[in-house]
Amino acid sequence: MALRTIGAATRALASRRPCTVRAPATVSAERNVHRTVSARDEVHQLGQHKDTPDNNETTFFDFTDENYARVEKIMAKYPANYRQASIIPLLDLAQRQHGGWLPLAAMEKVAKIVGQHEMKVYEVATFYTMFNREKRGKHFIQLCGTTPCMVCGSEDIKKTIMDELGIKNGGTTADGMFTLLEVECLGACANAPMVQINDDYFECLTPETMKELLEKCKNGETPEMGRWGSLPLNGQVSCEGPHGKTSLEGTPTGPGFMMRKDLEQKVDPKSVKDHMCY
Amino acid sequence: MYKAAARAAAATASAKGASARVVGRSAAVLGRSLSAAPGAKEEAPEPPRVYGGLKDQDRIFTNLYGEQDWRVGDALKRGDWHQTKEIMWMGPDWIVQEMKDSGLRGRGGAGFPSGLKWSFMPKNTDGRPSFLVVNADESEPGTCKDREIMRKDPHKLVEGCLLAGYAMRARAAYIYIRGEYFNEAVVMDEAIHEAYQKGFLGKNACGSGYDFDVYLHRGAGAYICGEETALIESLEGRQGKPRLKPPFPANVGVFGCPTTVTNVETVAVAPTILRRGASWFASFGRKNNHGTKLFAISGHVNNPIVVEEEMSITLRELLDKHCGGVRGGWDNLQAVIPGGSSVPVLDINDCADVMMDFDDLKKAGSGLGTAAVTVMDKSVDMIAAIRRLAHFYKHESCGQCTPCREGTGWLEQMLVKMEKGEADTREIPMLEEISRSIEGHTICALGDAAAWPVQGLIRRFQPVIEERIAGGPEQYQSEKGKYFQEAWSGEPFKNKAWVDQHGDGKAYSRS
Repeated sequence: MALRTIGAATRALASRRPCTVRAPATVSAERNVHRTVSARDEVHQLGQHKDTPDNNETTFFDFTDENYARVEKIMAKYPANYRQASIIPLLDLAQRQHGGWLPLAAMEKVAKIVGQHEMKVYEVATFYTMFNREKRGKHFIQLCGTTPCMVCGSEDIKKTIMDELGIKNGGTTADGMFTLLEVECLGACANAPMVQINDDYFECLTPETMKELLEKCKNGETPEMGRWGSLPLNGQVSCEGPHGKTSLEGTPTGPGFMMRKDLEQKVDPKSVKDHMCY
Repeated sequence: MYKAAARAAAATASAKGASARVVGRSAAVLGRSLSAAPGAKEEAPEPPRVYGGLKDQDRIFTNLYGEQDWRVGDALKRGDWHQTKEIMWMGPDWIVQEMKDSGLRGRGGAGFPSGLKWSFMPKNTDGRPSFLVVNADESEPGTCKDREIMRKDPHKLVEGCLLAGYAMRARAAYIYIRGEYFNEAVVMDEAIHEAYQKGFLGKNACGSGYDFDVYLHRGAGAYICGEETALIESLEGRQGKPRLKPPFPANVGVFGCPTTVTNVETVAVAPTILRRGASWFASFGRKNNHGTKLFAISGHVNNPIVVEEEMSITLRELLDKHCGGVRGGWDNLQAVIPGGSSVPVLDINDCADVMMDFDDLKKAGSGLGTAAVTVMDKSVDMIAAIRRLAHFYKHESCGQCTPCREGTGWLEQMLVKMEKGEADTREIPMLEEISRSIEGHTICALGDAAAWPVQGLIRRFQPVIEERIAGGPEQYQSEKGKYFQEAWSGEPFKNKAWVDQHGDGKAYSRS
């Protein structure tokens, strides 16, 4: 069900895009006249690549056969002449295959697959916070520290994690098990304070439950997610609060409830389709 | 969330809102103003309508707390996909007109009238297909409502995509979900597959003769991608840097084709509005602020919750009825951010009788935004709270426009100094001036969003800043401890019976 190819005229219209020149990054906390996105924060990654033993020009990366099938599926979602659109999902796939971080080789592979210059992929990989260009711990703890979580004690949780693991914000434990990073709002504010460990949300934390959670992760018994793909550690199911819900008692209303009676056959949807030449 | 459309919407709202503002003020105020005017016409004042108290039968998201399954079987039981084909037979123009009549305003923050927005899409083709893009990049601090829709009622969104997409004569919909919502994306993806299997999507969607596809696209962590043109850039596989408008997305959007970007909630409520009628939806809330709304309440309340309520419910009733009140009682309230981090903060005096809708909150000097209420009691250091927001905007600025890239950093630096009592009182007007120099001088509304919380702080809490500066750094160091926030996610848990019944045995219990 590939979409129709979109005409060249359209492409010309869409090609006006902002200039993406990036000044060299710095990790200094001091303001720099050329401060760039990548220098937003001293704990965040550099915008530059630095060769390391496991990430240099000779590092090899290729998708597995299984993942190549996924690549095909991902690319089928976008118009055939906008292969670039699959850069973000492909980088994500590469990162998952490569144990949670993206070596240079993976970015270059993605560039090759989508038929774009490597720089286009580097730009994307440096812009989005979810792409890790450095190795992360097995349990990558992202702590939400934005105001709604902050007023609910994210500093308390942060302190607990730092004390428990003996690492600072942005650091990785010596055994490579944990990385802690304070990030911006993760969108679970009614269940603050919370951390995201790899893909999973652990919510409604207290220092005690946080310690318990870390202990379980260390022992390889990371708790499973609850019914709704998150786990509030105070015993809640999801967003109903510790006291429980205050509305929606009884069975939900069924099909046709309050259904209007004035529907008629006015416009054939097929005629709309034909009119739009789909 | 903020959008560049905010300005346009605000202009519409203020024009329309003038008459509506009088309605619904408390009886005392109304009475006084009438008697104070000599020779005023003897007219029995209409009894003010009390908003709030939405009945369960009028709630749209009936699986908000997840007693039922999200899969298509239970979704059908809840009435999703009921007579979708018959609604489609009424035609795109009828759907758009119904949306206009319902008075639905965009739920993503800017509050632009949805029907109007949908009507901007071209009715004839020039060879390019049209697209609907659903903005599920929910990253505004305080906001966690779309997540509940996507993981518990995904079929409402999928059906909404079909109906909204058809109303815009679109060929396909892209749902742009934020990358961090991985488990939610899994549910959404599966729901889309189910809809294809049932024949609700794809060729001859719902047996109507119209072809429609829905694709899920995961983002990768950037708040700015909630801005519509940045979202489009990101969907095309580039850095999420907003585009200059015009051309507007309705002319040149994703893949160079006409596009409309709408919030998840806006799309998800559409099928129910169309089934029950525009007049049903318009019967809730004040004029120009109709409908029901998901409110996400976080912070210092006894029972933080996401709840669907009528628009124009008073803030106090919302907190007392659904959230078990403010921690330590109403008088312990210090401040409320009523609509996500981008709106100015309100103090307790503002909160006394403010109504949760676009116009009344605007009048009170703030905004409804995404209706994400963050409550802060007296233990919070307000300067630190806003300083953390300034850090958020500094971190999330895309770096494209100079006032925002540089200014957001300055705002944070100055607030850090003020928080520690190291600033000078003359820096308060300087801070205000910087925020004014950012506001309105950037391509997108992130600059405005960064400026407003700071302006709100100065407007409501200037004495606090002055006091801190007068005390100096020594006093701050000695008092620092009292601002430390201990973990708080509501009062102790006491809902075990319900959790045992509806948690699938997967809820956490301490070992």
